[in-house]
Amino acid sequence: MRHIISVLLENEAGALSRVSGLFSARGYNIESLTVAPTEDATLSRMTIVTTGSDEVIEQITKQLNKLIDVVKVVDLSDGDHIERELMLVKVRAIGKDREEMKRMADIFRGRIIGVTDKDYTIELTGPGSKLDAFLKAIDAAAILETVRTGASGIGRGDRVLKV
Amino acid sequence: MTQLTGAEIVIRCLQEEGIEYVFGYPGGAVLFLYDELFKQNKVKHILVRHEQGAVHAADGYARSTDKVGVALVTSGPGVTNAVTGIATAYMDSIPLVIITGQVPTHAIGQDAFQECDTVGITRPCVKHNFLVKDVKDIASTIKKAFYIAATGRPGPVVVDIPKDITAQKTEFSYPDKVSMRSYNPVVKAHAGQIKKAIQMLISAKRPMVYAGGGVILGDASQQLAQLVRLLGSPCTNTLMGLGGYPATDPQFVGMLGMHGTYEANMAMQHCDVLLAIGARFDDRVIGNPAHFFEQPRKIIHIDIDPSSISKRVRVDVPVVGDVREVLQELVKQLQAAKEKPDQAALKSWWAQIKQWRGRECLKYDRSSPIIKPQFVIEKLYEITKGDAFVTSDVGQHQMWAAQFYRFNKPRRWINSGGLGTMGVGLPYAMGVQLAHPKSTVACVTGEASIQMCIQELSTCKQYRLPIKVVSLNNRYMGMVRQWQEFFHGNRYAESYMDALPDFVKLAESYGHVGMRIEKPGDVEAALKEAFARKKDLVFMDFVTDQTENVFPMVPGGKGLSEMILV
Repeated sequence: MRHIISVLLENEAGALSRVSGLFSARGYNIESLTVAPTEDATLSRMTIVTTGSDEVIEQITKQLNKLIDVVKVVDLSDGDHIERELMLVKVRAIGKDREEMKRMADIFRGRIIGVTDKDYTIELTGPGSKLDAFLKAIDAAAILETVRTGASGIGRGDRVLKV
Repeated sequence: MTQLTGAEIVIRCLQEEGIEYVFGYPGGAVLFLYDELFKQNKVKHILVRHEQGAVHAADGYARSTDKVGVALVTSGPGVTNAVTGIATAYMDSIPLVIITGQVPTHAIGQDAFQECDTVGITRPCVKHNFLVKDVKDIASTIKKAFYIAATGRPGPVVVDIPKDITAQKTEFSYPDKVSMRSYNPVVKAHAGQIKKAIQMLISAKRPMVYAGGGVILGDASQQLAQLVRLLGSPCTNTLMGLGGYPATDPQFVGMLGMHGTYEANMAMQHCDVLLAIGARFDDRVIGNPAHFFEQPRKIIHIDIDPSSISKRVRVDVPVVGDVREVLQELVKQLQAAKEKPDQAALKSWWAQIKQWRGRECLKYDRSSPIIKPQFVIEKLYEITKGDAFVTSDVGQHQMWAAQFYRFNKPRRWINSGGLGTMGVGLPYAMGVQLAHPKSTVACVTGEASIQMCIQELSTCKQYRLPIKVVSLNNRYMGMVRQWQEFFHGNRYAESYMDALPDFVKLAESYGHVGMRIEKPGDVEAALKEAFARKKDLVFMDFVTDQTENVFPMVPGGKGLSEMILV
């Protein structure tokens, strides 16, 4: 099962490698991992997307909690949550494709943030499945380059992860 | 306030922590630290002959006391040599603080002379590690290091200090307390879980107590004994837990696991309620988990580390907390409970255990004209009156020591259980002997293991450590040979050691006493003579049976009750 886990950890050198090292040492999967400092600069917040049986996920959260730098761990998939991912796609945009690409970007509520006479760079956010859908919807041959951040997640309503 | 150098601060911190011994080896990156060690005499430095020995000795010191062991090594090769020691301590949850020198901050990342990424290399085998980048952080970091090492599930902590930081100056004040928002180990267990455990234990028909190294580390052996008596159940110890419950007590059924007793393994397999205390159901303990679950039973698991619970086996009642506090609470509530354990059920359970005991799984040929290794350990037990500190290396001799030396007290049996590090025995004995200068310390080893840290015989001479080395010399890496005999068609690939040194002369060349014992009839007299030499290190080279195997044995991948027996 796919799980999305949020981790608050001390914003210290090496904290990220402790987490990634844990996943590789114990053979856990990482689908994506994003991290950045929070509004409190002494803390970083990490979102990890992973897959595993209930037993494996239980071990992952326990092992994460065991890391000395980790302050809090929440499995967002335990309840209502929102997740978003950012993707930048550079697509060929010549001739009649130029208009088509603009239309597709609009349909997916993407924004064109880079323009040359040959290509567009489109910014798109949403759940991973929406980004996948966009890539499927456009002509594969027109895709020059993509970059994705991996998912960031947050609990809905009263579910707040804070120190 | 006067300004101190980083090096002075480090030594002052060690003094503040009441550190008696630092085990180490100097080098370029730690010269300022050694200079400060030189200028004082509160903290004594023990100069080893290889950094691995330093960490093992600090580890042996910690295992035999309830204190944190301290090692000091230089950057680069000093650190990489220390890694085996650190990983050994990590696997067995031993509290250590290892201070490592690092190249100056401006040289970090430049592939400088004797540079290595210490924090990176040690990360997977420490409880935590630090790189100190500011002299102002030294004191608080060392305070944290000792706190983290000793609390919760203990473990080694590395503090990496660049050379320039040890030369810079700042004001010194050692913090009284540590408070970390990210590290608050659980101490008090959930009351509801304790209640559930009590009900389950009272209703058991075939209860079994399985106690591991956590009981030793948590100083809870008295509470364990009280609990087992109240329950009237059998009790087994893991390799790491030996001495946690008195081995001569009638309720003790011996060690369990791959080389555990028949009765302990059968009782594990057939109990209906299993109380696991400070143990982690590892592969050498329960064998194949699927086979283990062919018999239904309820499991209560007490551990300070939540991640140890439900890791390899499903647990019905997890109890996270300090083992001593939890056992105290269990004893208190059991004494107060109206219901008592079912005596009739216990009687028939013990009748079954008696039958298993009748299998005499540890018997061996006592009429052999060649020295049997088991016989040496039995005699060692008799002559030391069961009261020695016994360290061991790793292999057959370790298992025989565990099976035949009956440990009645905790912290007397010092060995590498988790990592299984050959070479620990002698440096462990150094740490133990320094911690207990008046006590008898024996190092049970083999001719293969002892050669992995043999250089420490020189350290033993320098500090006059009267360790008694009991080497069971069968000219083979015995445990490797045993597996090759059982599972690899008697093809003894590279497990025979040709060109062994003359250990008697070797011991003598280091300034110690060497003895070779070749006949069973000479074993007792030799041991008596050796242990009577209170001031000397005596190296006893027992020429033992090359074909002897350790029984019982649960082959890898098999179930606990599928033992190979004599």
